[in-house]
Amino acid sequence: MSTETLEQTIVKEPAEPLLSKRRKKFITDPLNEDNPVTVQVLGICSALAITIKMEPTLVMSIAVVFVIVFANLIISLIRDLIPGRVRIIVQLAIVATLVTLVSEVLKAYMFDMYKVLGAFVGLIITNCIVMGRLEAFAMANKPYDSILDGLGSGFGYAWIILTVAFFRELFGSGSIFDFKVFEAIGWTSYQTNGLMVDSIGAFMVLGILIWVQRTKTGYVEH
Amino acid sequence: MQRSNTYIIVFSAVLTIILGLLLSGTSVVLKPLQDKQVDLDNKKKILGAVMDISSIEDPNEILSLYEKRFSSIVIDINGKIVEKDKKGNPVIAEKVNIQKNYKVAKEDRLYPVFQFVSESDPSKVEAYIFPMWGAGLWDWISGFVAIESDLNTIKGIAFDHKTETPGLGARITSDQIKDRYKGKKIFDASGSLVSVSMVKGEKGLPLDDHHIDGMSGATLTGKGVNSMMLNYLECYKTFIEKTKKGGVSMAMSN
Repeated sequence: MSTETLEQTIVKEPAEPLLSKRRKKFITDPLNEDNPVTVQVLGICSALAITIKMEPTLVMSIAVVFVIVFANLIISLIRDLIPGRVRIIVQLAIVATLVTLVSEVLKAYMFDMYKVLGAFVGLIITNCIVMGRLEAFAMANKPYDSILDGLGSGFGYAWIILTVAFFRELFGSGSIFDFKVFEAIGWTSYQTNGLMVDSIGAFMVLGILIWVQRTKTGYVEH
Repeated sequence: MQRSNTYIIVFSAVLTIILGLLLSGTSVVLKPLQDKQVDLDNKKKILGAVMDISSIEDPNEILSLYEKRFSSIVIDINGKIVEKDKKGNPVIAEKVNIQKNYKVAKEDRLYPVFQFVSESDPSKVEAYIFPMWGAGLWDWISGFVAIESDLNTIKGIAFDHKTETPGLGARITSDQIKDRYKGKKIFDASGSLVSVSMVKGEKGLPLDDHHIDGMSGATLTGKGVNSMMLNYLECYKTFIEKTKKGGVSMAMSN
């Protein structure tokens, strides 16, 4: 047994551990220091539009994570076959296909969600985070690394919009996942804040989030 | 690495075929499920115009409730009952596509009427529900208007829309807006059809029987709703007047 391992190490370099330090950074970086929404300021449109309530936001997050991860994987697998001159169109076609699949599945199994999210699921196609990761990462990296990168960016997007939705639903509708929080604690006279239901509310929550985050990380715009 | 044009064309063609097959395959597999969902959603909306069904979770319960409380007919613009289409196939009210009918001339349209019948006596109609279709600000809007058995008072209303602005025009689906229609009248004292319309602005002032408060910031959606209501009530007018005189049972026996 020991000789076997010895032989292997001589023949080829030891394989990189599945979650090496370098690979962990693919996931952790986008969560905070290189967050697609708060630092790169991408995907703002959907972050404003669908964060009125937690439930649709969660569905949207899952959809975006799914699309980023699989688009990254597929593009990474065929990256050597894709002709450079049409690569953007190829990326777009793959993203559009994945998004349409998500939309069709939602329509068949979660019709109410489909009606709420409607156009915004389709708009994942134009979410810059997805295309950005494909062009910047998946075109030049191996499939496994690309999956990790996709997960990182997807979760980076997801936790931001879920946080925004948490505050917007709490103050705008007085509930979390449609559970009436204020009524449950006996504060029945809580007046819901209409501003939070509007997109303006999302801008404000997002702005505060960016402020807090940048104060902590010390990130400055160059 | 620069690749030849032939390679690019072949690559694109293969990719297109694979993705195309994948998408059409999914669409074919999921179509029956989606149709079921659309049908359920439609019945929910019809029920929602006359009663509060938000507490019912089970789809089968909704479908059986619908079966029990609704009898539906299809009429033409003259208020006559249509039983067979041009090809001789029987017409089913639930299957009539309002959107497709909206695109043809008023005279050629099929108009479904969903009759909400009494729980104890299925021949007694408690409310008539008229589906309608129109244009909002961005895309289509639709509605189910429930009129009481006096054929004048609005019992309830349910709207739907494709992409009205969230928080502004999309408010037509909220209970707040829907409740404003309740109890309003579609005919004036002299008996001519005036419909119910939203005013511009949202001041919360008391208004007469034919007007309701508007939606602040969504005047154009409101205009769309107003013209949809008036348009379709005009089309249903003959039927309404005939029914008032008790003429529908006669038409039915024909």
